[in-house]
Amino acid sequence: MNNRRRNLLKSAGAAAALLAAGLLKPVAALAATWNKDAFAAKKADDALKTIGAASAAPSGDIVIEAPQIAENGAVVPIEITSKIAGTTSIAVLIEKNPYPLVAKFDFMEGALPFVKVNVKMAETSEVRVVAAAAGKNYLASKEIKVTIGGCGG
Amino acid sequence: MHRREFLRLLAAAAAAGASFHPRDSAAQAAAELYDVPPFGNVSLLHVTDVHAQLLPVYFREPSVNFGNGKPPHLVGDALLKEFKIPKGGALAYAFTHLDFERLARRYGKVGGYAHLATLVKRVRASRPHALLLDGGDSWQGSATALWTRGADMIGAQKRLGIDMMTAHWEFTYGAERVAEAVEKELAPVEFVAQNVKTADFEDPVFKPYSLRSVNGVSVAVIGQAFPYTPIANPRYMVPNWSFGIQEARLQSLVDEARAKGARAVVLLSHNGMDVDLKLASRVKGIDAILGGHTHDGVPAPAQVGRTLVTNAGSNGKFLGVLDLDVGAGGVAGYRYRLLPVFANLLPADAEMSAYIESVRRPHRAKLAERLALTEGLLYRRGNFNGSFDQLILEALLAEKNAEIAFSPGFRWGTTLLPGDPITFEHVMDQTAITYPYSTLNQLTGAQIKAILEDVADNLFNPDPYLQQGGDMVRVGGMTYACEPGARIGARISDMRLGGKPLDADRTYRVAGWAPVAEGASGEPIWEVVARYLRGKKAVPALRVNSPRLIGVKANPGIAA
Repeated sequence: MNNRRRNLLKSAGAAAALLAAGLLKPVAALAATWNKDAFAAKKADDALKTIGAASAAPSGDIVIEAPQIAENGAVVPIEITSKIAGTTSIAVLIEKNPYPLVAKFDFMEGALPFVKVNVKMAETSEVRVVAAAAGKNYLASKEIKVTIGGCGG
Repeated sequence: MHRREFLRLLAAAAAAGASFHPRDSAAQAAAELYDVPPFGNVSLLHVTDVHAQLLPVYFREPSVNFGNGKPPHLVGDALLKEFKIPKGGALAYAFTHLDFERLARRYGKVGGYAHLATLVKRVRASRPHALLLDGGDSWQGSATALWTRGADMIGAQKRLGIDMMTAHWEFTYGAERVAEAVEKELAPVEFVAQNVKTADFEDPVFKPYSLRSVNGVSVAVIGQAFPYTPIANPRYMVPNWSFGIQEARLQSLVDEARAKGARAVVLLSHNGMDVDLKLASRVKGIDAILGGHTHDGVPAPAQVGRTLVTNAGSNGKFLGVLDLDVGAGGVAGYRYRLLPVFANLLPADAEMSAYIESVRRPHRAKLAERLALTEGLLYRRGNFNGSFDQLILEALLAEKNAEIAFSPGFRWGTTLLPGDPITFEHVMDQTAITYPYSTLNQLTGAQIKAILEDVADNLFNPDPYLQQGGDMVRVGGMTYACEPGARIGARISDMRLGGKPLDADRTYRVAGWAPVAEGASGEPIWEVVARYLRGKKAVPALRVNSPRLIGVKANPGIAA
């Protein structure tokens, strides 16, 4: 365990904020393209329609790394890598969440299409990931189980 | 396995079963069973899921272990038939529930660290190079382990000569205790776990594997802790550690070990056997998975591609012996035995006995308190219920004035024969955990159904990676039906209390114990059960409340 790095970050509480400020530079751009309807949609299909991905083609080139069973439904880590050349955006949808679209990332040209998000999940659900490249949409999905726990072993 | 060797092994097993007769000398019987000729150049000895049982115990194997009809989901006659073990002999007693009481009186108790120590020395005499591996769940399951926070077992592991271990219930002493034990108390035992990382930066918490030279052969032992520890047990015990199966990392470690020159790669796993069988089909380059968690005493390995998958039972009842012939090109052949530890055939090791006596001495009076006498067989293991759990349920119903009681589907917990006294120590053998709180909750019929569905899915989901390896929650007061082959939401039906269907909207008083939520409190379950027993002189044979099963006819995982 890298305690030194952890302590350094703890002692420099502002570090995280500074990093965030540096990386989230295009705040204005983000606001301009905020798709309110997509994030307010209560069904995954509606959200997909709103971002123009209703007919996304299934793809094996989107890698979703996530736990089979969530250790804590309040913080479920999901790591996504798109191997599709020229990926311009990645959207993450949790089908059973009240508002399924939880995140959408737009990449500047040359950026690596890799994101990691922590999402909240109340129940077992399909996670759908849509990657866009050259105006086309691609889809991958994976089920993450949420259980009440206990009783093991 | 080479066919000729397999036939020879079967002959030996048959001989052992047939001639284990009271009029044979113990030494003769022990020689037949335990003089295992060495083979190859690499040997791995394996214990797992000892659950802190330092003394010999009775342990009845399940009569219900539902599954796909293949090992480990075979019980009773189906298991004997599959592994060609004669009925009614010592091996049948070790591997099945059949005729348990009679055979237990004939062949006696099993396990016990002092007897295990004698067997380990005996097997090591012809294999001085052997590594001794502990698959975890060693530090939990008894009063003395709980009261010493695993220290009594760490002392025993070191005296037994354990080389490496991995873990599951060990984590329920909390992250700080585990870290302290690993850093300060455990050496020279190595603690290996590739699939535990920090929740924030994903740094590995433990050494992932150990590379050892065995007879000049480089052997890698990778550790795999129980992947669902923070789900099956309280998350707050290990708040900053993340688990999971971690296939991708495992594959990269296998490749790394091979690149460093490992000619044999072994996974010391606490996944459970079904998870191990699936894992073996997806991760390449593992020669053997020495598995535990599901407590399956499987006499011969399953083979998945080029990977052997074993499971070595529980409670110190068995010692697995895997001999490998490793050449320049890797593993060329193997022999495997799962040796039952019959306490009557293996004299206690004096040094280990003295150690066990010393750790028990301060607690002797408390452990020995006789609470009641049992008139029936008391056991726990089985998918749906056991008679010891039935006793706990009845104690909960009575002491908590509840309508319905739940008891977790743990697979540890020893067996008592009719006529045995029930001591406080025996109650602790079923209940010794760090979150023992008993509770009384108001739950609606709908909530009760949701809980049963959730637990059933953790047991019967067709995808092994979604199984947590425990048994079904034990239910007292109400009856229900279960269809294991159905989907979640459709497995549980016909829930009735006093013959009347449960009302989805009405609330019921439901007692339970072992809550995983943080901040839970309540009287420790062992106090509840002990008080209940002190009020009785004798416990009659109990009728075990099990669900009516649907769609499971002629399954070899269910005894006729």
